[in-house]
Amino acid sequence: MIKYNLAELTAEFEANPIGHHSPALRHLLQKLRSSPTKGKFVLVCTKPYREWVLATLTGSRKNPVKLNKRYVFNDLLEAERFVFRRRLKAFTRLEEDQ
Amino acid sequence: MTRARYITGYSDPMSVAPGGSIHFYVSAEGVTQYRADIVRLIHGDLNPAGPGFKEKVVQTSVSNNYPARRQNTYPGSCIVIHEKAALAALSSFTLQAFIWPTTPQKGRQVILGRWAAKQRSGFALIIDETGAAALLLGDGRRVETISSGLALREREWAFVAATYNTDSGNAQVFQETLEDHVVLKGRATAERLTRVKPRMVNRAPFTISAGFSHTDDQRSVFCYHYNGKIDRPRLAGDVLDSSTQISFQKHRPQPEQENIALAWWDFSENMATTTITDRSINQINGETVHLPTRAMTGHNWTGHTLRAEDAPEEYGAIHFHDDDLYDSGWNISFTLDLPDRFRSGVYAARLKAGEIEDYIPFFVRPKPGRPTARLAYLAETATYMAYANFNVLHAPETEPWVSRLLIVYPDNLLAYQHDEWGKSLYESHSDGSGISVSSRLRPITNMRPKNNSPFGLHGSSLREFCADTHLIDWLDYKGYACDVITDEDLDNEGVELLRPYAAVMTGTHPEYTSTHMWDALKAYTDQGGRLMYMGGNGFYWRIAYNQECPGAIEMRRAGGSRTWITEPGEGFQSIDGEPAGVWRDVGRAPQRLVGTGIVTMGFDIASYFKRLDESHDRRVAFAFEGIGADERIGEFGLIGGGAAGLEFDRAEPHYGTPPHALVVARSENHTESYLLLLEEMGAMIPNIHAPENPLIHADMVFYETPKGGAVFSFSSQCWCGSLSHNGYNNNVSRMTSNVLTRFLDPAAFDV
Repeated sequence: MIKYNLAELTAEFEANPIGHHSPALRHLLQKLRSSPTKGKFVLVCTKPYREWVLATLTGSRKNPVKLNKRYVFNDLLEAERFVFRRRLKAFTRLEEDQ
Repeated sequence: MTRARYITGYSDPMSVAPGGSIHFYVSAEGVTQYRADIVRLIHGDLNPAGPGFKEKVVQTSVSNNYPARRQNTYPGSCIVIHEKAALAALSSFTLQAFIWPTTPQKGRQVILGRWAAKQRSGFALIIDETGAAALLLGDGRRVETISSGLALREREWAFVAATYNTDSGNAQVFQETLEDHVVLKGRATAERLTRVKPRMVNRAPFTISAGFSHTDDQRSVFCYHYNGKIDRPRLAGDVLDSSTQISFQKHRPQPEQENIALAWWDFSENMATTTITDRSINQINGETVHLPTRAMTGHNWTGHTLRAEDAPEEYGAIHFHDDDLYDSGWNISFTLDLPDRFRSGVYAARLKAGEIEDYIPFFVRPKPGRPTARLAYLAETATYMAYANFNVLHAPETEPWVSRLLIVYPDNLLAYQHDEWGKSLYESHSDGSGISVSSRLRPITNMRPKNNSPFGLHGSSLREFCADTHLIDWLDYKGYACDVITDEDLDNEGVELLRPYAAVMTGTHPEYTSTHMWDALKAYTDQGGRLMYMGGNGFYWRIAYNQECPGAIEMRRAGGSRTWITEPGEGFQSIDGEPAGVWRDVGRAPQRLVGTGIVTMGFDIASYFKRLDESHDRRVAFAFEGIGADERIGEFGLIGGGAAGLEFDRAEPHYGTPPHALVVARSENHTESYLLLLEEMGAMIPNIHAPENPLIHADMVFYETPKGGAVFSFSSQCWCGSLSHNGYNNNVSRMTSNVLTRFLDPAAFDV
């Protein structure tokens, strides 16, 4: 199993959420982003180029997203960082449990 | 989430010439009235970092308020048999077929019969609620189901039959698997005396793969749609014993059997059409509704041939889907009658109801043979249709693919709430089989200005139609006179459509190409035409336009990098019998048409081009006037921040890039999001990401063609997203202008 230097990878991601990433960060991101559809974080664009609301996919086609209006972003990179931190926390907990 | 208020619609046709008429079909919910205006669309991108949204209202007779109402769409394919006389006398009968059900557990599904659901009347061989073959009988009051009691297995051929004797009231049902599952039960029968005498409802026709529900505004509405393949459905006007059933299933009835053989439908006849042929003496022919998939392998397919034409008797199946859709069939909401003089361009019917709005784009082309400019822009309407209502958020691999958070846009939610409007050619039917037919006679929620896609890049996340408006805007800003023509026009009219033009420009993503289109573009450049390929991933998939059903295209994902895979033996198009899949597999890689062909796609950010040595060749000096030798070209742009990205192409002499072609610039520094195209590797290789694989770059290519023609390929879907940067004053805009100016100049190229 790969041992991630999470402090380093977090710093790398936070500095540049979208774009070039090191192989180790790429590897970690593949894990974080590969969760099943149901419950997966997505953004819903509520004002073009200005506002995105955090949501989760429900797995149902008719009502595909559940909005979480407590988390509204005006910057896509901030949204990326927020979700990264959330997922990393869950991932770390899972690693510890194992 | 509650059902969204909306207003939307479609037009027919999508491309219209001055003097012609175009109808608009509008549906709305949650509003009572709307305002419609015709607008010329210029720039569809709302990104505040760019020029902003641009439209111009055009005064036409359309401008008015209209009452809003919901118009229903009833998807699901089936066959309707219109013959009434021969069927009216039916009393005792046998129904039988080979079937390959894909959703046997979905609930009641009609295989064949005459069933009026609302009146609870008629008879049908069905799959019942337990997944078993059953006979359904109804006399208007009572409904009886005689079930085999054995669930059919998914994607397994079975023979199913049902008989009814009107004199004795004896009803039988029989099913038997054609697979050799030695440990699983595969045969079941049931027999019962019933007092339910089927009563016929006059307006309910005999149908295959659905029952009759009701009529809505003179449209027949069907129900109990079956999912899966049906092969050799038969109808006899008598009770056949099992040995006669077998012989009736296999052998065309002889004249002396006329009294029992009512219908012997053969789906391998007229496979390119909607016609269903009865090969019995009665000729009780029918027609398909909503374009089910034809030329499909039957129960007896051997694999000795892969092409229906070579062994039609092995291709006796049609695959029906409960979400097939050809024509939504709405009523006309308003019509635009174009005057004799009307500027060619990209237009839309703009619909507004308070804060709710929609645009129905359409294209005004010049009258045939009457060009109004020396330049033509070829709108990639086949690609718009292929991506219609593209919605793949539900695949777990989608986010790893786009390398950033998925962003859901209003059009995604609207399309999800309206599955009845049909999905894209990238998705699967409700039974999991790939979608191979697309139609423009339905709302296409993502073929809109102001549209963003989860599959775009960071920044302006634009694709296809909306991305193409970057080019429309640039042409408008620069004042280039330009006619607009479409893929469908090109398929219809061939090279004659292109011949009057000194130069033709593509859009940003001309991916879907029929044989007529390919031949016309090649003939154009071979006969002196000049082609500017303004995008990436062009001329990749083969399609066929359905001549019998205008507005529909067929495409099968046989080969290529794909989101679904055709079943074995089903890799030929039904419309024209041509091999389906990618152009490369028939020896016409995109490199043969435009010098470059797709190598990768990625969905995070874009990069830039740098000049190569061949850019200093005097033959191509015109393109680089005002461009420095070491300048990075397009290190900016609305889409992903660069001119090289999203989906892009490379030159490859082995695939067909002409030997004299100049590869003048190449992109570099792409992220790991860009993966090598499947066809670029024979076996699995480890270095499939851009930073590790040297093949992953975009090549800009120029070459001369016979009789003074030429091709210039920018080879990246992001190129046009960089045109407006810095008030249209940048090296992408300059190069595009340089090439266009030279291509419009009749002077011969100095080869």
